[in-house]
Amino acid sequence: MLLEIGIALLKIIVVFALALLTVAYLTYIERKVIGHMQVRMGPMRVGPHGLLQPIADGLKLFMKEDIVPYEAYRFTFYFAPILTLVTALILFAVIPFDKHFAITRLNIGVMYILSIASVGVLGILLAGWASGSKYPILGGLRSAAQMLSYEIFLGFSIIGALMISGSLDLVKIVESQHVWNIVYQPVAFVIYIIAALGEINRVPFDLPEAETELVAGFHTEYSGMKFAYFFLAEYANMIIVCSMATILFLGGWRGPVLPGFVWFLIKLFALIYFFIWVRATFPRYRYDQFMKIGWKIMLPIVLANIVVTGVVMMMVQGG
Amino acid sequence: MYHAISEYVPVLILLALAVGFGVVTLLVSFLVRPNDPYPDKLSPYECGIDPFTTGKLQIPVRFFVIVMLFLLFDVEAVFMYPWAAVYKKIGWYGFVEMFLFIVILLVGYIYAWAKGALEWE
Repeated sequence: MLLEIGIALLKIIVVFALALLTVAYLTYIERKVIGHMQVRMGPMRVGPHGLLQPIADGLKLFMKEDIVPYEAYRFTFYFAPILTLVTALILFAVIPFDKHFAITRLNIGVMYILSIASVGVLGILLAGWASGSKYPILGGLRSAAQMLSYEIFLGFSIIGALMISGSLDLVKIVESQHVWNIVYQPVAFVIYIIAALGEINRVPFDLPEAETELVAGFHTEYSGMKFAYFFLAEYANMIIVCSMATILFLGGWRGPVLPGFVWFLIKLFALIYFFIWVRATFPRYRYDQFMKIGWKIMLPIVLANIVVTGVVMMMVQGG
Repeated sequence: MYHAISEYVPVLILLALAVGFGVVTLLVSFLVRPNDPYPDKLSPYECGIDPFTTGKLQIPVRFFVIVMLFLLFDVEAVFMYPWAAVYKKIGWYGFVEMFLFIVILLVGYIYAWAKGALEWE
């Protein structure tokens, strides 16, 4: 009993610390990768090859003055970044990094991820509204509309994989994949990746933060540590959507020879690298085009995908 | 997995840890950071000039329509998850039921499209 609780606590602390560290270093990885893609060096000054850069950035943001504009709603202004960060961090609770290494195992793991992730939208909407300034409120509204829309496509695209795996438990989903789900669900995987880019506001869909139109979007008025929270949450969400793609479509920790968590991390970081690569390659979409693609093209495709998957599965089973 | 404690307890502990991290870091940074506000610094952002509108904008009704559509489709998605999880067991019967449900929803979707709810002008 006591041992069990001790192990559970240890797991939580390890995952929490590693998540924060990975998120911090993801900013470094992103700058470095994009730097090299553009034939630059990226950060080089702080530590060997700039390895201490994220720590320097963190300390700097920590020491920065905290500005609350006079038109802002004070409580909500502080509440929004904390809400965004907390929702991003508690998503790590159900991610199985290995067969026996997850903070907890819920039989509704997929539902947990999607429901908590939609609370994150609220943080961004509140941040835009509470700033009492026009660019943040426009950015917040855009962001909310975009994230809500793309969450639907994200949700529908994984249904195909759930039908094949026959469970909402993330561990069981991985165990059911003797052949990776991506083989049966290539369309769903592509839609998932596009929807994920929209959901976490990454290039080419970083419209809430379109610098040329909206300054910095919903976090225009934020400074210091509160700004850092939004930044951390954004990268934590990136890890989460890539982990979900790994679990649902790429067979999670399954793989030969190497231990499970190594395979999980290889797949995870390959996807993250792909997301950064996309950022270095594509220009930004226009907002109306972006919503049109979502509602008029992606939604019919995912619905058709579910129906086709259903028919083919029944044919194969000989139901 | 944990027989002695519910599987939701670790989620709550993680939640407490995350909230604690968020609040305590802000409080500690309050002790070390400078604090020197003056009216110009606290005015809402505008590029180099005094702001001439406030942040209390009228919200375009488009966003409201999108949220309504989101509610409809998200409820549908939530309904489909349990169905997807047991799909192998319920067979053709389950398929026909869900197919009818999707068709009914498609009617609403086509109506929204025809009415121009999906257009961004």
